[in-house]
Amino acid sequence: MEEILNVKDLVVEFSAGPGKKVHAVSNISFALAKGETLGLVGESGCGKSTTGRAIMQLIKPTSGRVEFEGADLTTLRSKKLRQARQGIQMIFQDPISSLNPRRKLKDIVGEPLAIWSNISREERYEKVREMFELVGLDFEASQDRRPHEFSGGQCQRISIARSLMLNPRLLICDEPVSALDVSVQAQILNLLRELKSRYELTILFIAHDLAVVKNISDRVAVMYLGKMCEISESETLYATPAHPYTRALLDAVPEPDPFVERKSDAHHLEGELPSVIDPPSGCRFRTRCPYSQDICALEEPPLRDISPGHQVACHFPMN
Amino acid sequence: MTDVRNGPLLDVKSLRTYFQTSRGTVRAVDDVSFTLESGSTIGIVGESGSGKTVLSRSVMRMLPKAGVIHDGAVLFEGNDITQYSNEQLRGIWGAKIGLVSQDPMTSLNPVVKIGRQITESIRHHLSIDKAQAKEMAISILKSVSMPEPERRFSAYPHELSGGLRQRVTIAIALACGPKLLIADEPTTALDVTVQAQILDLLSKLQRERNMGMILITHDLGVVADRCDEIAVMYAGKIVEKAPTKVLFSNMKMRYTQALIESIPRLSAPSHVPLRSIEGRPPDLVGTPAGCRFAPRCHFADERCRTQEPPLMRAESENHLFACWNPVGGMVPPPKEVISRLGITPIREDSILRSN
Amino acid sequence: MKTKLGISFWLSLGWMVLVILAALLANVLPLPNPNASLVAAPNLGPSIHHLLGTDPNGRDVLSRVIFGSRVSLVVGFGSIALGLLLGGVTGILAGYYGKSVDFLFNSLAMIFLAYPPLILVLALVTFKGHSLWVITIAIGIVGSPLIFRIVRSATQSVAQREYVAASRAIGAPTWRVLAKEVFPNVAMTLVAFIFIAVGVAILAEAALSFLGQSVAAPTATWGNMINDGTNDLAQNPILWLWPSLALFFTILSINIIADRLRVRFGVRDSFI
Repeated sequence: MEEILNVKDLVVEFSAGPGKKVHAVSNISFALAKGETLGLVGESGCGKSTTGRAIMQLIKPTSGRVEFEGADLTTLRSKKLRQARQGIQMIFQDPISSLNPRRKLKDIVGEPLAIWSNISREERYEKVREMFELVGLDFEASQDRRPHEFSGGQCQRISIARSLMLNPRLLICDEPVSALDVSVQAQILNLLRELKSRYELTILFIAHDLAVVKNISDRVAVMYLGKMCEISESETLYATPAHPYTRALLDAVPEPDPFVERKSDAHHLEGELPSVIDPPSGCRFRTRCPYSQDICALEEPPLRDISPGHQVACHFPMN
Repeated sequence: MTDVRNGPLLDVKSLRTYFQTSRGTVRAVDDVSFTLESGSTIGIVGESGSGKTVLSRSVMRMLPKAGVIHDGAVLFEGNDITQYSNEQLRGIWGAKIGLVSQDPMTSLNPVVKIGRQITESIRHHLSIDKAQAKEMAISILKSVSMPEPERRFSAYPHELSGGLRQRVTIAIALACGPKLLIADEPTTALDVTVQAQILDLLSKLQRERNMGMILITHDLGVVADRCDEIAVMYAGKIVEKAPTKVLFSNMKMRYTQALIESIPRLSAPSHVPLRSIEGRPPDLVGTPAGCRFAPRCHFADERCRTQEPPLMRAESENHLFACWNPVGGMVPPPKEVISRLGITPIREDSILRSN
Repeated sequence: MKTKLGISFWLSLGWMVLVILAALLANVLPLPNPNASLVAAPNLGPSIHHLLGTDPNGRDVLSRVIFGSRVSLVVGFGSIALGLLLGGVTGILAGYYGKSVDFLFNSLAMIFLAYPPLILVLALVTFKGHSLWVITIAIGIVGSPLIFRIVRSATQSVAQREYVAASRAIGAPTWRVLAKEVFPNVAMTLVAFIFIAVGVAILAEAALSFLGQSVAAPTATWGNMINDGTNDLAQNPILWLWPSLALFFTILSINIIADRLRVRFGVRDSFI
């Protein structure tokens, strides 16, 4: 498979006062093959959104490489970076906040073309009209309106329309459905799936809901406190999670069926997420892990293959 | 005071709450009735704009200025809250009815230590001194499984994680030992892992304290194993109401069905398109004739578009639904239409059996 | 849903339009020279020829009030325009870039803020003379650090919104992000503040001329007319009233306009 994105040893740290550092993303590596959807999962504060933004270079990585179609984005500056990055687009979590409240929909969606192409205003609006139809919005009725007149689901459609205007190859979706009602969430997930096959998109789908991620992903990566815990084909990961944290995440997903008995051996995560300023030594999950041993505090488990395509960072993987 | 033991803890009767806006009257809650016993939980499920939050605020009579309870009654321990003076209302808010809202970040005061936010309510309602109030607050923090409650007593809200903050709002809601707890999307702003913890905690406290609980959510998955009864709301009305297991095993209303099918499940394979509900809930200004869900329903026929279905009784006791073409076909003539809702009984010959 | 602006807004706007038109057209209106003495007998009461009467020097009061408004308006709007140029541009840059840019401009603003403004203005006026432009520039400079602080904090909150990140993600160059996404949103939150600032600047000029530190006599300003009026109370007890009323209604109108605009353009909450 041809690789489209390769993230190598990505580190993002923020200063948190003198001598203190927030270890938002610590040394993570992964690659995306052309046409696949990778789900990036974890609780809030695990660094998954920061990873997405660091790939876009919206946040400057402290170190590491982000190779997109062969070019290392971290070495590029200003105009060259903006040009190289045209092939990556992003959809944000808050559908209303990600649209400028003072601009008309047609200008919001037309903005990428206004920046990058020299076509006339009429041609631009024509392309906007086509895109509106594609994402299921009525162009005539909505082109001159402003975002606050629309529901969350419609605003997310607008964001999606904007992200597709430059024919991107990679789409980074940062919690695109977590602010939406379940009924609308299904609409957006279906739309993304449809657009993905139509545009042959590669998707990095960042979310905290494992059921949503399962629905859309080919592979899933699990993050905890800035570290990668497990990456695998999604069927394997959901059937046989190897990392205790993945297992706990899976057990926490509510099943919409009162007749399904909750597993008696369900792993419930106890305790609180440790501080990202002073993360635990060794394995960062050990403070909440039921299987933690002495070695977990001393030695950081590397991400290693336990079966083809299934990597886990744990001294005592399950199964 | 009326004798408490004679009726349910909460009896909401034909409640209508309207909002006056520049566009016209918004019928946010339109003829809703339900009852709730002490020690049981009702889940109210619906999309945003279904009126579920306005319903919960109407039950407390904690409405913005534009919102007016137009009609109906809310009997809490036998007394009609809609007739209460503001003074009387303040006497039951916090003391007898506790509220846990969606976003703990905005429902807590950021510049007041959490200890004081809890003791404030205690001291307001149960005239006791500062030391006693502190003792009580710490024991409440313990009961919501707050780690290190003594230390957290003097912490500010921003020093806590989202999950711990939600525990604080629960502690505040429980501080005066309310009889009724209203939880309005208590876990929507939280991670899945924390969501399970908070819901378990709410269920446990509700059982231990024998409270009545109204759990409001847009996610049927959340209420599936935590409610005794579920009411599904759509466009200001209850469209189906049944004991949880009955609802999940024998749902009637097409909207309920669509809502359940739109939830992505762990047990389902990847890449299967989800059944979504296209379109949006109707504008509640000048609602059209017929079933309000008809424009989005695949099963709608002429009657659905012209005649509004009343709440009808299904096979089992306590199962009500409002649908002309229900899942599994219409049951043999529903003899009783709930008459106290003031709905004209439907004629038996007008009832079809589709299969 | 749009909030109605209300009758008070339209009355205030009407007054401001009247004042501005009168100031612009003062030369072509049938008014006597405001500085010409003895156009009529001194201390006349209001009459058909001199609507507001004359002062102890026999000058036409209406003419002086109208010509005096020019000073107030030029100083009010001019100084705030200058303040916006200095404080607004730096405020947006500091708020958007943060870090060292913010540190530099913010430190400068703090130093300016720590300096007593009256002394600053008096020093400027003393060295550069009592001309209209010096007064305008002086008040503008004094006001700019305050404008800087407000623009900066408005920008900081706008810069965190996701539409700014979204615009960068599309590949918008920084100038475009600032011009299309940041500036319009900052400007909307500032409209009300700017009007209030204009009112404050007009009052500041009036106070300066009351102290005899504004535009030199005999040029009429509302401030020095009030000052003269209070000195001449014995001869002409209502002389101070006209410039005071003009000042009062102008400031009131500006504040009402600002308040109504704030409500109109303020953050819209979703309804219910």
